[in-house]
Amino acid sequence: MTLMNKFLGAAAALALCSGAALADPALIYDLGGKFDKSFNEAAYGGAKKWADEAGGSYKELEMQSEAQREQALRRLAESGANPIVMTGFAFGDVLNTVAPDYPNTKFAIIDMVVDQPNVRSVVFTEEQGSYLVGMMAAQASKTGTVGFIGGMDIPLIRKFACGYVQGVKAVNPDAKVIQNMVGTTPTAWSDTVKGSELAKAQISQGADVIYHAAGGSGIGVLQTAADEGILGIGVDRNQNHLHPGKVLTSMLKRVDNAVYDAFKAGEAIETGIHVMDLKVDGVGYALDDNNAALVSDEMKAAVDAAADKIKAGEITVHDYMSDNTCPVE
Amino acid sequence: MDYATLLQILDSTLRLATPLLLACLAGLFSERAGIFDIGLEGKMLIAGMASGAAAALSGSVWIGLMAGIGASMMLAAIHGVASITFRGNQLISGVALNFVASGATVLIAQSLFGQGGRTPPLSGAARFNPIELPFAEAIKAVPFVGPFYADVLSGHSALVYAALLAVPITWWVLFRTRFGLRLRAVGENPESVDTAGVSVIRLRYTAVAITGLLCGLAGAYMATGLQAGFGREMTAGRGYIALAALIFAKWRPWYALWATLLFGFLQALALRPDVIERSFGLAIPVPALDALPYILTVIVLAGVVGRAIPPRAGGQPYVKER
Repeated sequence: MTLMNKFLGAAAALALCSGAALADPALIYDLGGKFDKSFNEAAYGGAKKWADEAGGSYKELEMQSEAQREQALRRLAESGANPIVMTGFAFGDVLNTVAPDYPNTKFAIIDMVVDQPNVRSVVFTEEQGSYLVGMMAAQASKTGTVGFIGGMDIPLIRKFACGYVQGVKAVNPDAKVIQNMVGTTPTAWSDTVKGSELAKAQISQGADVIYHAAGGSGIGVLQTAADEGILGIGVDRNQNHLHPGKVLTSMLKRVDNAVYDAFKAGEAIETGIHVMDLKVDGVGYALDDNNAALVSDEMKAAVDAAADKIKAGEITVHDYMSDNTCPVE
Repeated sequence: MDYATLLQILDSTLRLATPLLLACLAGLFSERAGIFDIGLEGKMLIAGMASGAAAALSGSVWIGLMAGIGASMMLAAIHGVASITFRGNQLISGVALNFVASGATVLIAQSLFGQGGRTPPLSGAARFNPIELPFAEAIKAVPFVGPFYADVLSGHSALVYAALLAVPITWWVLFRTRFGLRLRAVGENPESVDTAGVSVIRLRYTAVAITGLLCGLAGAYMATGLQAGFGREMTAGRGYIALAALIFAKWRPWYALWATLLFGFLQALALRPDVIERSFGLAIPVPALDALPYILTVIVLAGVVGRAIPPRAGGQPYVKER
């Protein structure tokens, strides 16, 4: 295994060395892969938007294994890329050790806080976006039971779940929310079959709207929801188009905006914690032609009113990661 | 746990056990002939990709199935050439093929469809649709047996029934035919087969080809039966669980059925933490249930419950003359 990783690392290094050595920005995708229809693909969308508008070029790299992280970061930094944006909490520890070695390079990490002077930590208020789709789920549900399927059991995913439950209970305090996680290892992000089976298990318990935050496994959740005639809720990117008329909405996490901002700022990027919340359109819910028939006017009015209240600070959505507990089940 | 919940879990069990059962029987043929195969995972993966891609392009699930079997048999042939003809280390060949499959599937699917190593969603005739067994509706009213027949046995895709049929067929082939006797002999004592004038090489290649066929069915079932398309790494370690099941089943076809059903049941049970809590009165952590198949296998390997004795010539390339 380690031998294989060395080879992979060496191959990645070779691929990097062959690139141009100018101060282009760089983007590193996490293990889910560039086209995961979700988180990483959103990052790619932001980078592409920047490249189209500014006419610049950027470097990109997909992680293939855990062991590549540090080497990939160092190689990119040494090749002169600036700023270097990486998606995913899993880069946190590595970046914490690598960043001090390259004080002139700026880094941006999404979904994690790394306390270094040359790092921008982009965090999203997923609980707020999840709260909004939770409200919609409760309004769309006829059985009073809704479901949540998370990918890997980590605090970040529990943050999604907690916000969602709060939203559901805000509309219908008696509603039941069934929560499941696909697994505890990184395969939990790609196990579509288990995502499907979890959705079927939740349906048999009466759930008629299921929200997933499970990356690739979520494709199975949405597929099963569509097959069984109930509603799914997408995550990260707008996933409404995957099954038109069968996806109630999607919780948008504007990773694309975060990457776009970082690339646009270039080397002058501001470091420190950068919160993407409802106010700056960092999170939200998706409304387009594919789900227009599913979202009634009153549903939209209620959600928009709640969004305004959250922006104004009248509603506070509890953040699971602030104390690792959730006030509601 | 009420009866309806039990039926739902059993229904889920059958779906989850099917890929394990097919892969387990695949491994059984190979290992009974003396070829260790830890490349089951890779073969399932590439079969899933090929079947998903071919079904999406042609619109027919049967063409997809053929493509899946073809791709899986191709990997099996490479494993055969490496370990039978060139007498390479079977474990290394298997590991290498797993890596090849993991990378190649994403690469090919990406270049074909540009959807990030995913194949496009299938619908209609491009995917295995559930089959209602005869009289399912009529028998449903019969207490106890009726719902079991209608809800658990009926309503699966064709490959589930193919997998269940593969068990008696495997038993019959291995234990009631001349070919089966020779196949088992090749795994125990290839010299004796060679002395009798039967080609060890050809027998082993045949066994490896059957392995490819069954893994192809397993992969195609996952991509076109359980799911509506292939996704990267979608097998998620099921090839390894099937290997564990093979050891648990002591390399016997009927035991393989029970072992994979048990493992499938444990997986299905892990999906319903609420049921576990209600039935047993305490919350068993889901990861503990996920680990149970491996723990059971270790217990069997350690000789606590019976003994698992692998075919004697397993893993050794056959050299005719020294």
